[in-house]
Amino acid sequence: MTSHPHPTPSEAGALPGSLLIKGLRKEYRAGQPVLKDISLTIEGRGLTAIIGPSGTGKSTLIRCINRLVDPTAGEIWFGGQDLASLRGAQLRAARRRIGMVFQEYNLVERLSVIENLLCGRLGYVPAWRAFMRRFPDADIARAFELLDAVGLGQDFATRRADQLSGGQRQRVGIARAVMQSPALVLADEPTSSLDPKTSVEIMELLAKVSSDQAVPVIINIHNVELAKRFAQRIIGMSRGAVVFDGPPDALRDDHLREIYGGEGGLA
Amino acid sequence: MTAAAGSIGTPRWERFTPTERAARGIVYIVTAVALVWSLRSIEIIPEFLYDAPEQTADLFVRMWPFDWAFYPKAIHAALIETFHIATLGTILSIAMALPFAFLAARNFTRSPLLNWFAQFVFVSSRSVNSLIWALLFVAIFGPGAIAGTLAIAFRSIGFVGKIFGEALEEAQKGPIEALVAAGAPRAMVLTKGYWPQVEPAFWSVALLRWDINIRESAVLGLVGAGGIGVALDAALNNLYWDQVGLILAVIFAVVIATEFVTSFIRSRII
Repeated sequence: MTSHPHPTPSEAGALPGSLLIKGLRKEYRAGQPVLKDISLTIEGRGLTAIIGPSGTGKSTLIRCINRLVDPTAGEIWFGGQDLASLRGAQLRAARRRIGMVFQEYNLVERLSVIENLLCGRLGYVPAWRAFMRRFPDADIARAFELLDAVGLGQDFATRRADQLSGGQRQRVGIARAVMQSPALVLADEPTSSLDPKTSVEIMELLAKVSSDQAVPVIINIHNVELAKRFAQRIIGMSRGAVVFDGPPDALRDDHLREIYGGEGGLA
Repeated sequence: MTAAAGSIGTPRWERFTPTERAARGIVYIVTAVALVWSLRSIEIIPEFLYDAPEQTADLFVRMWPFDWAFYPKAIHAALIETFHIATLGTILSIAMALPFAFLAARNFTRSPLLNWFAQFVFVSSRSVNSLIWALLFVAIFGPGAIAGTLAIAFRSIGFVGKIFGEALEEAQKGPIEALVAAGAPRAMVLTKGYWPQVEPAFWSVALLRWDINIRESAVLGLVGAGGIGVALDAALNNLYWDQVGLILAVIFAVVIATEFVTSFIRSRII
């Protein structure tokens, strides 16, 4: 863990892109916490992988960060604000700076690829511009740039999202997140619906996004091998609590046994 | 089951248990009684029934040949008016139904009270026949196309709102979530998240209702609410069967034509 300098709590959450989670608790049903008072600090760089069996609260944890799920208790400091306490316009302004990549890509199927990318700008552009499909030139230029950057190429711009393969859709999903000029990118099982080869490509792309854009990327992933290969830091969760936190080479079999509760995770 | 049957080992199967058989028997008896009772209460006069084929044939003879000269004189203008009533009424109903459709969609409006209120509006609109709506509006605005247009519009709110509201409820959650996560305001989530998903359903409902409204507005004239029905009513009252025949043929042709047009458009845009 020494290779891994954490910021002091006072500066965490104030530095751009750093995240400080304090005592985060989520109960969907009263008295049955899915997240048990989680405290974490994630500095403003690099790829962090959260591993753990399904149903352990990984997804709830990252959805609490951008408030797709409302935490029951706790603080989430990011960009000098406690995200857990934001509402309305302030919450939307904070969400603009947090990109999100989904397992099922969550593209708007009947819109073209370029329009899906521009959806990443919806928090920024005035409503009438989006409504009239008159996005600013700079946004359009950026969208075309990103099509190249995620390896799709500009020919894809006018293709409809529902004509793409899974891997292509996830590239669009990542480009949409980057369109937000994010200070943090969250990815919820971004490779779980993809074949092994495409999964590696998508992880490479997320790593590239993290280094090129200098943003921290937090990835929920159940594939331990991919997590170890691409992440600089691994957080192991079990039953709503963090049971491992450290660099990939510190992750031993007994840690995995603790995370996955048996030999299942070692396969 | 007897012991003998058991020893032979033939499996026995019957579709109904004895209780079910008894219940079905009772249903048959009740149905027969109801049939006899209703036949008695409508008091069919056998003589009228016997000469029905003759009367029908006679009617057709009196209708033919059509009074073609009547078309430019009265039918054409009334036909155009019918189109206008149906089209304007449909547009008006969509404008009125959309807000309620959003209120009715439980994923968009998370208030059971508002959901229920919207459903109540739909049911009120649908439970009143368009002829009754027309009678109501004729009483308010006097006879004419305004009454017909409003009757069509109010009658259609329930249909358009209910089906479009259901389409909204079936919209996928994922893309909506993605736009919310990107910090999009509610209006943008609506136009970029929901609208693209429900657009085919919207056009399909609008076309289908327009198609239905053309048919409905053809009869509104019978209660004085404008359109080709007024001409039909007048011809019937005057016993000008050659005009009646022409009007019926025109209505038939128009309904077939709209059917073709709407299914063509639907196949193109959806």
